[in-house]
Amino acid sequence: MLHPIVKLLVQRIALGLLLLFAASALIFAGTQLLPGDVAQSILGQSATPEALANLRAELGLNDPPVQRYFNWLFSALHGDLGTALSNGEDIAQSLGKRLGNTLFLAACAAAVSVPLALILGIVSVRYRNRWPDRLISAVSLASISIPEFLIAYVLIFYVAVQLRWFPSVAMISDAMTLGQKLSAIALPVAVLTLVVLAHMMRMTRAAILNVMQSAYIETAELKGLAPIRIIARHALPNAIAPIVNVIMLNLAYLVVGVVVIEVVFVYPGMGQYLVDHVAKRDVPVVQACGLIFAAVYIGLNTVADVVSILANPRLRHPK
Amino acid sequence: MSDPNPAIPAPEAPGDEAPLLDIRDLRIEATVHPPGERPRTQQIVKGVSARLRKGRVLGLIGESGAGKSTIGLAALAYGRGGVRISGGQVLLNGRDILRLPARGLRRVRGKEVTYVAQSAAAAFNPAIRLMDQIVESALEHGVASRAEAEARAVSLFEQLGLPDPANFGRRYPHQVSGGQLQRAMTAMALCPEPDLVVFDEPTTALDVTTQIDVLAAIKRAIRATGVGAIYITHDLAVVAQVADDIMVLRHGETVEYGPTAQIIERPRQEYTRALVSVRAIEHPENPPEGAPLLSVRGVSAAYPGVPVDVLSDVSVDLHPGRTLAVVGESGSGKSTLARAIVGLLPPREGEVLFDGRPLPPRLKQRSREDLRQLQMIYQMADTAMNPRQTVRTIIGRPLEFYFGLRGAERDKRVNELLDEIEMGRGFADRYPAELSGGQKQRVCIARALAAKPRLIICDEVTSALDPLVADGILKLLLDLQRIEDVAYLFITHDLATVRAIADSIAVMHRGKVVRYGTKTQVLTPPFDDYTDLLLSSAPEMKLGWLEEVLAHRRMESAGH
Amino acid sequence: MIRIPLSALLGLTVTALFFAGAALAPWIAPYPMTQIVGDVWEPASAEHLLGTDSIGRDLLSRMIYGGRTTIWIATLATMLSFLTGSVLGLTAAVAGGWVDQALSRLVDLVMSIPTLIFALVVLSVLPTTMTTLVLVMGLLDSTRVYRLARAVAVDITVMDFVEAARLRGEGRGWIVFREILPNALSPLVAEMGLRFIFMVLFLSTLSFLGLGVQPPNADWGGIVKENKEGIVYGISAALTPAIAIAALAISVNLVADWILTRTTSLKGGRGE
Repeated sequence: MLHPIVKLLVQRIALGLLLLFAASALIFAGTQLLPGDVAQSILGQSATPEALANLRAELGLNDPPVQRYFNWLFSALHGDLGTALSNGEDIAQSLGKRLGNTLFLAACAAAVSVPLALILGIVSVRYRNRWPDRLISAVSLASISIPEFLIAYVLIFYVAVQLRWFPSVAMISDAMTLGQKLSAIALPVAVLTLVVLAHMMRMTRAAILNVMQSAYIETAELKGLAPIRIIARHALPNAIAPIVNVIMLNLAYLVVGVVVIEVVFVYPGMGQYLVDHVAKRDVPVVQACGLIFAAVYIGLNTVADVVSILANPRLRHPK
Repeated sequence: MSDPNPAIPAPEAPGDEAPLLDIRDLRIEATVHPPGERPRTQQIVKGVSARLRKGRVLGLIGESGAGKSTIGLAALAYGRGGVRISGGQVLLNGRDILRLPARGLRRVRGKEVTYVAQSAAAAFNPAIRLMDQIVESALEHGVASRAEAEARAVSLFEQLGLPDPANFGRRYPHQVSGGQLQRAMTAMALCPEPDLVVFDEPTTALDVTTQIDVLAAIKRAIRATGVGAIYITHDLAVVAQVADDIMVLRHGETVEYGPTAQIIERPRQEYTRALVSVRAIEHPENPPEGAPLLSVRGVSAAYPGVPVDVLSDVSVDLHPGRTLAVVGESGSGKSTLARAIVGLLPPREGEVLFDGRPLPPRLKQRSREDLRQLQMIYQMADTAMNPRQTVRTIIGRPLEFYFGLRGAERDKRVNELLDEIEMGRGFADRYPAELSGGQKQRVCIARALAAKPRLIICDEVTSALDPLVADGILKLLLDLQRIEDVAYLFITHDLATVRAIADSIAVMHRGKVVRYGTKTQVLTPPFDDYTDLLLSSAPEMKLGWLEEVLAHRRMESAGH
Repeated sequence: MIRIPLSALLGLTVTALFFAGAALAPWIAPYPMTQIVGDVWEPASAEHLLGTDSIGRDLLSRMIYGGRTTIWIATLATMLSFLTGSVLGLTAAVAGGWVDQALSRLVDLVMSIPTLIFALVVLSVLPTTMTTLVLVMGLLDSTRVYRLARAVAVDITVMDFVEAARLRGEGRGWIVFREILPNALSPLVAEMGLRFIFMVLFLSTLSFLGLGVQPPNADWGGIVKENKEGIVYGISAALTPAIAIAALAISVNLVADWILTRTTSLKGGRGE
């Protein structure tokens, strides 16, 4: 017989896939709100009716929406994301390198922010309601209230323009060494870290506090255990699941924050690509980017749930 | 209190051997944060002294808020939830543990003194096997090797009557029952061979038939290991079974402190006398007269999506102006019966007759008149009243809704009802949060009475209240029954309550009525097995009751 | 007597000032919004308190009008989000069954796509007008309000006093408006503050990306965009609107925080 936890995991992953499928439909439907005029927007107002009709036929716009959706989805599953309307380039090809750049930026930001958030979260629990905690929570409240691009420009203004420590635009290319790349993205990474840190730290603090206030922690304390042993043996196993959850949710948040930051720093990633093409009303590119962002987001959320299931002793050791 | 700060002598004469635990003038305070006000300091324990010799048991008893758990934890120099020990001494084995630094304190906790919490389910770490948690203190403090500690744990499991002692420790907390977990917690406290164990309401969360077994197991284990113990509870009858001395607490002060026999048999203080005589309400049994008001006929019911019946073939009658007590443990189906009667859970089979005619099974199909005649009072008065409504709205709404009373007319009736529940008219403009537990329940009673019902279903209405307050509510209900001629269907797990108010009794077990009749019939032997178990499990306020029951059970099982 | 903590008082004052500025913009702005009155990026002076912008318009006037646009759109979007989210959330909680299932699954689906990404997808085909912005922002955000309203209401509907009202025979209207709503109000009001901040940030982000309010009109995000080139030359004009956004957001946050901690769920009825 299958272990019940395997069944749960299969269910959760299947749900993730189903959600991704539904999300793709939603993205497709979202771009159909203004029907039929893609051809018009490519050729402009002065286009002849014949040219419009030809282009519509070429793009398959005369097929019913449902059929077009499945054509699109089927091609996308085979790695064919279509061609951009604005310049006729193959979308998958343009996206490939940009996706890599975006993930590089996000991964660097995560590598800095996750450990920092955990440390600050623990510090703020350790000194709960004393000044370190208050300071951390005040700063995090402020940074939640500030838009990403403000943080970015403040840093550019002081660090890049006045102090000239780092460049104000984050150009990277294949010719650069890893060190050069890291130096190029230092500012965007700092901004992303600041943006995501507050949320992550607040949630980590809440997750740890929740565990530390459990009755079994009191039991451990009344056993005369040393604080370090209480945390390592009694708190940590129960805190891992909520903390991993917090991290995953914030990484998902980070993936979105990347969009704005890339625009600010003119970074050649997916976010900038998406925003450019929204302005150009280049629907196939927008659909493709939307699908990839949604996939990453749903994927991270699914991982968070899978970890919670795996970490739950009630599910791991059923009656 | 009538006697201001009575000098209460410790029950031991001077010249005794040095006590294991000597609490001297203990003072504990906490900072409370009332919403919208400045935080202020509140005294929780106001100068309490007690002494305990090795191998003896001290019972701490009092209502909620008396400070008994706080004192118990002070024996481990621990303040729960922002509580501060502000004065006095706690001498354990001759040294003041309140003065110990953190390191020294850690060597005392879990080695010399251990703790058994009320809710073992929360007190065990869900992610660690029971055995690893149980031997943890012994290993941490170097009392024993792992093999020795585990061997001791297994023998404790055996002593405490746990199933399959050799393998019990391999399980995780969520894999064993509540009663077993409570015993495992006792084993955890006894494993490092401490000098003192603090038991904090260890049986309160358990069903009555489980409670007696756990209580007996704890008592046996205390005697066998020769450990000293503090036993905290709100139930005097329970503590009388295990304690050598009892301290009665109220509002953080000692009311009376003495040997168990003296406290139970010759209480000196008014308050102690009230506690001893609690639930000794005299209520003559009224025989059923005329046609039944409520008739439950062959009702079976199940929750949607659950294949098992929660109620199976239940039939009971209730006559006008009488009280039917439905008694059983958790999971017996007694509250489900109430839900079936009021129409929240339509029966799968059978019917409910009211005044001779069948009631529609679903709430939505019932007429407003049907609803009016059948009212309900809940266990938790806290959640049974909308916190955003004043007492006037809460009691006045049924008057508006059923009788169309408005304005002055309604207010007049609200005032009358407030008088009936023995609360002043000044309470009309208060919100539920501004009432005490007993007052809240009274307002709920008034709300039910406002509908002028012929039947009120009382679902565990006194179980969340302190004994003396509960007594007041029961007396009020009996008085109101005489005045208003209303019938009660009284759902409870507490046999003392049943004895106090019932005219007839239905005993429920696993969804079935196992015994049903007038109070005299039901409470007179010969009993069926379950009723016997249930009746004999209810703690009685006398010394040696536990031993009598256990002896009685041994004879029974020998006889079978 | 209710004590208002200093932080909340400060938040209330600043928030009120911002709203007053938005309402009175035409009367207090020294220059018209789109008129070129000076050189490019003039420093602050007596005539131009905050200097001029990238094409020589008075920055203070643009800030005041921009604030009007920002606050106006954010307020409308918050109201839309709130109305839709809380009505649907309460309905789902009280009705239960398939209504609840259908609504909740739909909301799960919409929330499975990051809000900004979804907004970009939709804005790639819709005309960028104020109405579109309000609708897109309000409806996308109503999913958050829905979740909260439903969760709060579900907690309340299982309480005994709601059952007591049902047993009395009360209709759905009484149960929703007299039993549930008064108890759900304070978390919802606090959430309204947070949603408003989110709207301000969201709109600013969209405008900053060039996909929100279109020139020559501008909101604060748009003003950042217009002046961002100045940053590399050490001209701080782009930081001014950003500071305004942060000030508004922080002050509303302080008020919301206070409301939330003061009226924690189901404690008391007094002091509303």
